[in-house]
This record gives sequence, structure tokens and C-alpha cells, in this order.
Amino acid sequence: MSAVRTPTLAAARLVFQRDMTLAWRRWDEVAQPLIFYVVVTTMFPLATTPDLSALREIGGGVVWVAALLASLLALESLFRADVEDGTTEQWVLSGQPLGYLLLAKVAAHWVLTGLPLVIMSPIVGTGLGLPTSVWGVLMFSLLLGTGTLSILGGIGAALTVGVRRGSVLLSLLVLPLAMPLLIFGSRAVTMQMDGDSPAGPLQLLAAIFFMALSLGPLAMSAAIRISVEN
Amino acid sequence: MDLQKFFEMGGYAVYVWTSYGLTALVLLWNWWAARRSEAEAQTAAKRRNELALERSS
Amino acid sequence: MSWTWFHKLASPPHAYRILGTIAPWFGWASLALILLATWWGLVKAPADYQQGDGFRILYVHAPSAWMSMFTYVVMAVAAGVGLIWRIKLAHAAAAACAPIGASFTFLALATGSIWGKPMWGTWWVWDARLTSELLLLFLYLGYMALRASFDDPQRADRASAVLALVGVINVPIIHYSVEWWSTLHQPASVTKFDKPSIDLAMLIPLFIMIVGFQLYFGWAVSRRLRGEILRRERNANWLKEAA
Repeated sequence: MSAVRTPTLAAARLVFQRDMTLAWRRWDEVAQPLIFYVVVTTMFPLATTPDLSALREIGGGVVWVAALLASLLALESLFRADVEDGTTEQWVLSGQPLGYLLLAKVAAHWVLTGLPLVIMSPIVGTGLGLPTSVWGVLMFSLLLGTGTLSILGGIGAALTVGVRRGSVLLSLLVLPLAMPLLIFGSRAVTMQMDGDSPAGPLQLLAAIFFMALSLGPLAMSAAIRISVEN
Repeated sequence: MDLQKFFEMGGYAVYVWTSYGLTALVLLWNWWAARRSEAEAQTAAKRRNELALERSS
Repeated sequence: MSWTWFHKLASPPHAYRILGTIAPWFGWASLALILLATWWGLVKAPADYQQGDGFRILYVHAPSAWMSMFTYVVMAVAAGVGLIWRIKLAHAAAAACAPIGASFTFLALATGSIWGKPMWGTWWVWDARLTSELLLLFLYLGYMALRASFDDPQRADRASAVLALVGVINVPIIHYSVEWWSTLHQPASVTKFDKPSIDLAMLIPLFIMIVGFQLYFGWAVSRRLRGEILRRERNANWLKEAA
């Protein structure tokens, strides 16, 4: 009797759907990073100046920093539950390419945390004086950036799963790696605002995203195997 | 060679000497830390050896 | 071709012994060269046309920056070897490199900042070179923090190896961003490091110092690696003779 092997795409879709269903039941967990995002962007005008024309200068950067921090908040628990209840072990043993399954999980995580940040960005951006003309670039750069960050964060989360106070360590590991994203992302927004073409930084963001997409799952599977083996 | 001029470093004395001083500190720290790391490992290994011998005897 | 010499090298007792023999050579040679380069750089080399005697900071700043990068690459390669071929000694070497590399990175940042004050008028500027060096420090610290967070040494080795490799991908990205970063902000004052335009008399102490630092690295890694080997070979028999 031969075992029927699930096609990888179907397995990945199952992982994705499972996470979406679980999140639906715990929507407050999904809302938390989004609320954090709004709160953090609010803190800047309070801490510096309410003058929108002054805030506009750093607006792109502030939105980006807030998005990074909010994403990090959500990442720490990415793999925790699955490692604890043994789901991850099942994935490792399943014979499916682990990278695809993990990528599906990261994709679900991004849809639940990164995508809301992208959608909210014009609103928080307006609060920082950013003009409507930059909304497109802001959202597109954040789209690429949060996607990359989900993958990078997935690697970090896989490495630190089970570590006590792992969230701080995770931030320490992921934030330096995320610095290029921050540089190019906020630069794209500022350039658009100044009337220059943001093509350069956007292309670099895209390049980084695709590199993360192709190499990230490899690093994630290695990290998960290390975490699960003991 | 004028010793006074040497120490003054053309007006940049503070900067040059602080830099070289920091360099010396870092090199010394590496020297001390590397030796200490090795020495600690050696004493720990020795202790483990002695304990093992005690247990087997 | 026989690979036994290679396998022998990766065997901890042999490595421990060989490192113990070569370390003093590295040590004394590096001391001599560093002292020579210091004298040459401070005394013998001519003062710079624009920066006067202030430029002598170059002789400690550039070698530190070089070593900070070099050490990271060595660490990442060792980590990769350890991860792929499961050679414990390679992981130990990576662990040995980290504090050394972090200290060189700190020194590069500190001496660079001190040099910047009289030359640029500011302790710090967010140009690509400085930012990437700062990033490198964070990478080292993250690596060491990750290592320290595990009780299980094997998991510590392998998790930090993954991190070191991921970080390596980051470094050339950051370095290539020099072009974009400097055109977006005001260009940083040009520090003339283009080799052909520096006078040879000024270049010689720089090379001597770099070689001296490399040998010093060799000494420090050898000593630390010996410690790492001892820590990992907990119950091995060869320890009874060595210790």
C-alpha cells in the first residue's frame, strides 16, 4: 500500500489557511501591532513639534521605523505555539520541503500584520504631514519592506524560539539586518516628496525582497531544524 | 627631534594621542581577555579531570 | 591526495597542540610589527599637506576597520564550515573570532569619530561608511548575545552560525549603498584613501600596521580557540594529558 503524498503547494496552502483561521479567532492579537503602529507614530509629533511642515521632513522615516517596530512586536510569537505543541516537528518529519511550509506561515503572518500596516500608512502618514503624492511610494515601499521583514523576522524567530526574553534578542538580531530596508524605504518616500524619482531605492528594496524570498526559507529551515532538534 | 613638537602633533595632540591610547587599550584588552579565556578553560578542565579521577578511584 | 593532514587539523587535540605552538610566534611578531608601525607612523612618516599630524590617526583607524571586516568574514566562513560539515572546531573558531572582531569594530568607530572631529567638525556623520561600520558592531553584538542565550552548546553553535551567515549577506549590501547614501545626503568630505594618491612614505607604516594587526588577530584567535576547545571537549581522554 503506497502512501498518497500531498503536493507541496497544497500542504503550503493548508499551513496558510490554518494560520488565517487561528488568527480569525484571536483577532485581538492581530490588532495589537496595528494599534502599536498608530500609537508610536503619534508619539513623534507629541515629542518634537506639532508643526506639520517640520514633521513632513522626517515623516517617511517615522512611518518606517514605526512599521519596523510594530512588525517586530508580532514576530516573536511566530513559531512559539507551533514549536511548543509539536506542529513544527511534524513539518520537519513530513517530508515536505520545509522552506515552503515556513514561507506559507510567514506569508500568513505578513497578511495579518504587515499588510494592515501598509494599508494604514497613508493615514498615519497624513498625521505626520506627508502629502497625498507620496502615498503610492509609501505603500509600495512598505509592501516590499514589511514582506522582507517578515522573512528576516522569521529567521530570527526561528533562531530564538524558546529562548527566555526572546523578544528583546529577536529585535537585537533583526533590527540591524533591517537597517538597509529602513534606509532605502524612507529615502524613497522623501525623494518622492522632493520631486525626485524614487526608482533607485525602490529597485533596491525589490532586490532585497527577492533575495530574502529566495534565500530566507533556506535559513529559516536550517534555524527551525536547529531549534526543534533538541 | 623636538620632543615638545612630537607630543603636540601639530595641534592635534588630543585627537592623535586619544586614538593611539584607545588602540593600546583595545589591544591590551584583547591580550588580557584571550589569555583569561584560555586560562579559565584550562582550570575548569583540570578540575573536571581531578573530579573524574576521584570518582574512579 | 591524502586528506589525513586536514582531518588531523580538525581534530581537537592536534589543533590544541598546534595552536599552542604557533601562538607565541604570532604574538611576538605582531608586537614587533605594531611597535615598528607605531614608531614609523608617528615619527618617521611625513605630515600630511592638508591634515598635518592629525592624519596619523589613519595608522590605527584604517587597520582596525580592515580587521573588523576581515574578522567577520573569517567568523562567517568558520560558522558556515561548522554548519555544513558539522565540524565542532569550526564553530569554536567562529566563537573565538567574535569578541576580537567586536573590539576592532569599536576601535574603528571610536578612532574614526575622533578623527572626524577636527577634520569634519563633527563627532559623527551618517554616511554609508560609518553607518555600515556601526551596523557591523550590532551584528557582532547580536551574534554574541544569541550565543549566550542558549544553555545547549550545540544549539548555540548552530543557531549563531545561521545568524553569522545571514549577516554576511547584509555586509556587501550595506557597502554598495555607499553610492546611493552619499548622493542622497550631502556628500561626506572626501577622505583620500585612494591608494595611488597617497605618498608611498605614508603608506608603508599603514601596511606594516595592518600586517601587525593580522598577526595579532592570529595570536588572539589561537589563544581563545584553545580555550574553546577545552570547553567543548569535556570528557575526552586526551584532556587528561594536556591539562
